[in-house]
Amino acid sequence: MVEPSPPPATAAPEPVVTLQGVSVAYGKAWAMREVTASFRPGAVGLLGPNGAGKSTMIKALLGFIKPNQGSMRVLGLDVTTAPLEIRSRIGYMPENDGHIPGMNAVSFVAYCGELAGLRPVDAMQRAHEVLYYVGLGEARYRNVETYSTGMKQRIKLAQALVHDPDLLFLDEPTNGMDPKGRDEMLALIRDLAHNKGVNLILCSHLLPDVEHCCDHVVVMDKGRIATQGPIEELKGPRGRVFEIRAKDGHDRLVAACRAAGFECHETDEDVMRVFVPEGLGAREVFALAAHEGLQLRHLRPSLPTLEDVFAKAVGDV
Amino acid sequence: MPIHDQGYRRYGGGKDARGQAWLVIARSGIKTMLARRLFLALLLVSWIRFFYECIRVYLTTNFGQFSVLATTAQTFREFLEFQELWVFFITIYVGAGLISNDRRANALQIYLSKPLTRFEYVAGKAATLAVFLLGVTWLPAMLLLVIQGLFAGSFAFIREHLFLLPAITVYAFLQVMLATFAMLALSSMSKSARFVGIMYAGLIFFTDAIFGMLKFLVKASGASLVSPTQNLAQLGDVIFRVPPRHETPAVASLTVIVFLLVVSIVILERKVRGVEVVA
Repeated sequence: MVEPSPPPATAAPEPVVTLQGVSVAYGKAWAMREVTASFRPGAVGLLGPNGAGKSTMIKALLGFIKPNQGSMRVLGLDVTTAPLEIRSRIGYMPENDGHIPGMNAVSFVAYCGELAGLRPVDAMQRAHEVLYYVGLGEARYRNVETYSTGMKQRIKLAQALVHDPDLLFLDEPTNGMDPKGRDEMLALIRDLAHNKGVNLILCSHLLPDVEHCCDHVVVMDKGRIATQGPIEELKGPRGRVFEIRAKDGHDRLVAACRAAGFECHETDEDVMRVFVPEGLGAREVFALAAHEGLQLRHLRPSLPTLEDVFAKAVGDV
Repeated sequence: MPIHDQGYRRYGGGKDARGQAWLVIARSGIKTMLARRLFLALLLVSWIRFFYECIRVYLTTNFGQFSVLATTAQTFREFLEFQELWVFFITIYVGAGLISNDRRANALQIYLSKPLTRFEYVAGKAATLAVFLLGVTWLPAMLLLVIQGLFAGSFAFIREHLFLLPAITVYAFLQVMLATFAMLALSSMSKSARFVGIMYAGLIFFTDAIFGMLKFLVKASGASLVSPTQNLAQLGDVIFRVPPRHETPAVASLTVIVFLLVVSIVILERKVRGVEVVA
């Protein structure tokens, strides 16, 4: 009798980026403090409020900034010993506008391809392809300096893609874009990550952008990692979140919820999101309000969002 | 509906070995400049002295009555000294925007996110300027030497003045290196090409004016040390074996030139970065 062989162990995929105890200081100010993180293949969001250290991390990974301590690996290569090999395999879309002056879009993108080692003919062909892909096909012979903000974002993506990188660093890719352009950009990013096999790190402070494109997230705050992991896992089990609004005594309700061990996040409006522990439900929320003599005007079951994860990790947003 | 889906495809072609990026930068820079009519006109004008010298060589080698104008080693020294004017204009025209324009357009982060080093970037920019400067100094001077031999029907002059080959090369390269690195250093310090051009012109004229004042007022023997052009001229005299125009030792002039080159390189090292950190 043949013994059935055990099912193959599903090994965790090798991370594309790892940081081990990385600290970066600008003078006396610490931008990153002993950051240890790993980015899995696929689309990973790098979230954090302004000044959290996201862009510093990207720049350190690119070798622009030398960390005060710690080690970093990108695609299995050490950033300090193999920076050029790393840069030949990554694409970087910077946060602020950047282009080579005096060039039209197709020349600029082809030039970037050549800088990355593509032969001139291949670089030109790739430039046309990626410009069509990012939606600048019709405007590819226009000088980049005449482009609108949205078009400049697209061309930055094109120059990052032209040499077909294995990993993309996208630093605030939807900055300054109108809603339609933003949706198109996010669709491109999602397509790259999910259909074209390009790993990417999407650095943003816009939670919906990250939630739309990424499966994993690394949240930074004040130069440290606040939390990291798969978004679905971080969100926790469904059905334990309620949006509630009291007639009066909003602050009392918040205090009562917190005293009862319910996690409570206030939103921009007078609605707050209450996270009820496992096994409890709306009944307990009503009971709490009744006990405090408060009238609930609104109670609606909700789903945990990335905003909740972010708020939990960083504090109320 | 497009016939062919213009989607993103992975690249299956080859890539060049690393270390070639400076050539890409230089090639692009040279192409950009050659596309400008004004620059082509400037290049053409900068060769006028060469054509004049060719006519002179032709006359002196073929007509005895012009023998008083015969070519000597001094001719080449004077030729290269005259070309300094064009070196000045071309340095400003080509060099002022080489790095400053990239800084203005935040292009450094684009360049340095590609597989090239800062050294390669500077080398590419330097090559762009140096090619044009050598094209108005070393190239016409060498051609003049060859044309002298061709018009004379013998290379006796070259054989007798064999030192001219290294002299022209060393002096032209010194001239070009100084102009190139000084301009690149200035260009890396500003985001305005116009301002860089003014700074460069100011540097040349101001130091020359200081030299003139010191020479007139103090009659100091080392006054030429304050002016890069005077130091270069002093070295040029020594290289071409003509009596030096200043009392300053050539070694001191060379030290000043080397010092300027080192300062320029240090500035470039500090300024050419993917990110500007203001601590």
